[in-house]
Amino acid sequence: MSLAEESSVVSVFTEEEEESLNRRYTLWIKEALDELPHNFTITDPFLSGHPIVFASLGFLKMTGYSRAEVIGRNGKFFQGPKTNRRSIMEIREAIREERSVQVSLLNYRKSGSPFWMLFHMIPVFGRDDGKVINFVAVQVPISGRDHHRKLTSVGDDVSSLDHSEFVFGSCRREVCFGNFVQHRALPVECDDDEQGLEDWEYCEASESEKLRAVEAINNVLSVLTRYSELSGRLVCGKRYCLRGVDCLSSSLVISLGRIKQSFVLTNPCIPDMPIIYASDAFLTLTGYKRHEVLGQNCRFLSGVDTDSSVLYEMKECILKGQSCTVQILNYSNRKDKSTFWNLLHISPVRNASGKTAYFVGVQVEASCRNTESKELRPETKQLSVVGAVRVAVRSSFMVTC
Amino acid sequence: MLLKIKRVPTVVSNYQKDETVEEGGCGRNCLSKCCIDGATLPLYTCKNLNKSIGEKSEAPVKFLESLVLGEWEDRFQRGLFRYDVTACETKVIPGKYGFIAQLNEGRHLKKRPSEFRVDKVLQPFDGNKFNFTKVGQEELLFQFEASSDDSRIQSFPCIPLEADSPSVVAINVSPIEYGHVLLIPRVLDCLPQRIDHKSLLLALQMATEAANPYFRLGYNSLGAFATINHLHFQAYYLTMQFPIEKASSLKITSTNDGVKISKLLNYPVRGLLFEGGNSIKDLSDTVSDASVCLQNNNIPFNILISDSGRQIFLLPQCYAEKQALGEICSKLLDTQVNPAVWEMSGHMVLKRKEDYEEASEEKAWRLLAEVSLSEERFKEVNTMIFEAIGLSSHEVAEEEEEEQSSMNNGFIRVHCPSVKDEEACI
Repeated sequence: MSLAEESSVVSVFTEEEEESLNRRYTLWIKEALDELPHNFTITDPFLSGHPIVFASLGFLKMTGYSRAEVIGRNGKFFQGPKTNRRSIMEIREAIREERSVQVSLLNYRKSGSPFWMLFHMIPVFGRDDGKVINFVAVQVPISGRDHHRKLTSVGDDVSSLDHSEFVFGSCRREVCFGNFVQHRALPVECDDDEQGLEDWEYCEASESEKLRAVEAINNVLSVLTRYSELSGRLVCGKRYCLRGVDCLSSSLVISLGRIKQSFVLTNPCIPDMPIIYASDAFLTLTGYKRHEVLGQNCRFLSGVDTDSSVLYEMKECILKGQSCTVQILNYSNRKDKSTFWNLLHISPVRNASGKTAYFVGVQVEASCRNTESKELRPETKQLSVVGAVRVAVRSSFMVTC
Repeated sequence: MLLKIKRVPTVVSNYQKDETVEEGGCGRNCLSKCCIDGATLPLYTCKNLNKSIGEKSEAPVKFLESLVLGEWEDRFQRGLFRYDVTACETKVIPGKYGFIAQLNEGRHLKKRPSEFRVDKVLQPFDGNKFNFTKVGQEELLFQFEASSDDSRIQSFPCIPLEADSPSVVAINVSPIEYGHVLLIPRVLDCLPQRIDHKSLLLALQMATEAANPYFRLGYNSLGAFATINHLHFQAYYLTMQFPIEKASSLKITSTNDGVKISKLLNYPVRGLLFEGGNSIKDLSDTVSDASVCLQNNNIPFNILISDSGRQIFLLPQCYAEKQALGEICSKLLDTQVNPAVWEMSGHMVLKRKEDYEEASEEKAWRLLAEVSLSEERFKEVNTMIFEAIGLSSHEVAEEEEEEQSSMNNGFIRVHCPSVKDEEACI
């Protein structure tokens, strides 16, 4: 890539994404990870969009991207039209259920050319709170030499033959078991390999490739564990305790991260009804940082001129478990410390047990209400946030671990 | 012999009254000539999509999803639903497939059951019975259509209900899950409940447009537990995988338009899975051809549109017929679970607490196995379908055999479709 092209590459990652690993594993983590020879990526499910926050040099070499082009992207970025839907679903469900998965996957390089690899992903848990801190994914390229592993079960006895020597002369050919077994193939390079790759329904990894994946995962995990010890916030590969009640599952956080409007979730079952989730848009609107608002009651947004009768009205609705919409004066922490009129809608939200688990509060800055004819009506937009939260929360507790 | 069963019909509209009682005229703000003048409804027009768009489940909530959820929540807060579905306890049944059970005692009224004819999949539209022109306009959320060209997605908050064939999205007042809606193609045309190419395409376009793998569309034919003989599809959001989506499949064949047809494996219900195709229309047309064949041969069936419109399951069934002939054991009948498309997919709504508490994968499997066609019948039906799609059964049988031999241990073989000669393997 020429210098001119390089400078025009736009970094898609945010400061939060860049700093994600440093916070948990100290400033030396990236250097340590860079010493590993494997291809792997690390994601942070607590950041909106479930982005990659680290990609190894091996991974970058394999895919042809630069670090700046990868950090901040979701893993799906490397999938393409011929990536097997079932495999995509398996990975998605593993993330949702916070468990590991190993599956062959077709990915695409920056050049657009596809390649098969063995994708092995594990969750990394916080030892103290059982939360999923990161997902680590290792990618082992599959050579394609060993796609047929069950030859011995069909037709003639070929148990004495070494499977790894069965290389197909051309990967474009339809495999015919009967004929093939009779002619022992000589190891031949697949020339038009890349052409036919996309049309393969599946590509099984060899035993050695699978072992390499496990080895890589263990190496990455041990580096992360070691550095998490240094920071005092240990991680591990297994969940040592059930996630706390006030701890949102990573899959719920991922779902909530899709909602781009300003909103918070509060927990009415904990004293003083603290905020347990705040969207990025909420932080932008109010000017606060995430760690400043989590665990706090929303009253920090009220000030001297906030109408106390409105606050009372809200409190009544919460006690009765009802929805309401109020117009309330809020005080921001933005540079200008300005106040703003917040058209706030609150509503109780139930989880799979059928009982109220949270309250959702959706903020709309009054002056920002667009009435563009092509957009959703502001009221509909606000309610759509409530709806999206309901859908996300409803299923989040249904996960069987 | 006229086959009938007694069921309490699902109430999908607040204006759906007992079949015997009929009110003329209005004041109910319905869709008939009496009220429709001056009625307005938001209109959402999607691009006439040629290829499935890339969907990412972590991607921001899309416009159509916001429209559905926002309007639904509005009706929810206005109290238009018969009960709060989010207050119904739900769980995943432990097991390999993860069947989803819900305890919903309020969905089915303790009404006197009505008689449903279950021996005819094709029945003419009857204006005297409840149909969607009788719903109140407040139950409609928006109009939905695909534009005839590649224009941008458009949305208009308030547009007159078009005089010519609007397709609408309405709420289901007895929802199975949050966001449960009905897609009613060309509502004013009063089409009976039967698949036609244009309508299935619209349903597929909606699934594609929603771009959310957890938003599925379903269809029940008459005889497969559709309660209303007015063409409609259903849809709702559930952020879980359906058991049927986890089942493995075995490819049977591909059509000339690139639509891959597989059969389900290791699932209690025998069915076909359609995917691929050079365009959404190709996929939709193939499934329509198959459905029309089933309809014409009086075979009841359900359709599930899954994976944002990339996968379509076609599930023929015979439960109602068995029920009418007294062939279903009372234990299963007592659960009063009517295996419509959602149940077939693995989402079971249970009316009785004991059924919910004692729900198991084995029980779910047993129920669905009763619903499924037998292996022989399924093979017969497939032959019919493949003929209707224009594939010679000879071709299909050969491919099936080949696939069978390579599937001995559940291994999916590598398939490169671009080559004809097989001897040059080496």
